[in-house]
Amino acid sequence: MKRLLALGAVVLTTAALAWAGSDDQPKAGGAPKPVITKAVKGEQCVEPTDTMRRDHMKFLDHHRDQAVIEGVRTKKYSLKECINCHASETTGSVAASKDDFCVSCHSYAAVKIDCFDCHSTKPQGSAAMHPLNAETAHYKHKLAAQAASKVSAEEMAGVAQ
Amino acid sequence: MSELNQMSNQAPASPERRRFVGVATAAAGLAIAPGVMLVEVAHGRPEDQAASSAVRWGMLVDATKCATGCNDCVTACSTENGWTPVAESAHPKQAPQWIRKLELQDPLTQMETNLPMMCQHCAEPPCVDVCPTGASFKRADGIVLVNRHTCIGCRYCMMACPYKARSLVHESLNDTQKPDVPRGIGCVESCTLCVQKVDRGDGNTACAEACTAAGHDALLFGDMNDPESEISKRLRELPTKQVRADLNLNLGVRYHGI
Ligand code: SF4
Ligand code: SF4
Repeated sequence: MKRLLALGAVVLTTAALAWAGSDDQPKAGGAPKPVITKAVKGEQCVEPTDTMRRDHMKFLDHHRDQAVIEGVRTKKYSLKECINCHASETTGSVAASKDDFCVSCHSYAAVKIDCFDCHSTKPQGSAAMHPLNAETAHYKHKLAAQAASKVSAEEMAGVAQ
Repeated sequence: MSELNQMSNQAPASPERRRFVGVATAAAGLAIAPGVMLVEVAHGRPEDQAASSAVRWGMLVDATKCATGCNDCVTACSTENGWTPVAESAHPKQAPQWIRKLELQDPLTQMETNLPMMCQHCAEPPCVDVCPTGASFKRADGIVLVNRHTCIGCRYCMMACPYKARSLVHESLNDTQKPDVPRGIGCVESCTLCVQKVDRGDGNTACAEACTAAGHDALLFGDMNDPESEISKRLRELPTKQVRADLNLNLGVRYHGI
């Protein structure tokens, strides 16, 4: 009986190896890995990368309470500064397309980002970088209607999936 | 997995925050004590310093100078803060109005009065009293704000405000916000006295700047606690009124000529 089982195991393993080795079959490994683009500006983040990856929300939450309630406007840990460094060079945003800095990891980890319901995903900058900051900003909804690169509802919904 | 557990096992942020609040209060107290600091606090405080109750930001509206047909303060506000003006809104009845222009007529004498109306930054704000989550709050320097991180959009504050100063964002804004002025769907909002400009040290609001630029000079922003500030001097000289003074809310916005 024991020998029979052993034989069975060998046969199964061989079959499994053969299956995994075949090029036509999709490779196991789950969702595509996030694309992590190096920040456009700066060499080193405000904390070591490992710490930021795990704990960025702790820093952000603490800073946000200080900023909103107390009026402390320090730059370290400010979401605006994250965006200033990490906005993509192509979209000018951290969350406009699926490979942008915030979205890329968050869709991989299936964690919905609520920040950008209220916060702009783009840095304050030249009119070219962020046309909605220009003097014509009160026409922003017209500009937004024309702009192809705005975050669509589908894209933001995709973040949650 | 063990890392995840570690994270969730760590104590909630509140004790840390309570400690921080303690320290901040102490620091503000120190800064105010020497007296000389008072002026520095009023005009562009350092970015690591919390807003201080030594300051009370306020506005004086001179209705005798506010021009018929002029809408410059409203336009400037929507430009600075990124909200869509009523006239351009797809849903005018739901459009935000951080500031609006009123034209009033005395039915007996036909005398017309022009004035902008916005959040009056009450010292005793009813909106703060009714808010079930504490999202509606008054900052130390008298600016009444909504913390959008805790606002649940119940709109009690809109009902409580005697000045119709607040509005709810009904629809997704699709990343059209200004980086300095976060605002979004499901949250109530109102005039912030340009808190982003105040904290930057501009010492003025977008509406008052626009009014001065248009040559009307009907809006004056400043620190009502500083006896030497322009607004305090004018308030000493001019007869002014609070709208619905009977409510005893001690308003941060005072009107002359109404
Ligand atoms: S005017 Fe209205 S919104 Fe502003 S502080 Fe007073 S009650 Fe609150
Ligand atoms: S709408 Fe928001 S700010 Fe207003 S009372 Fe409700 S929770 Fe408070």
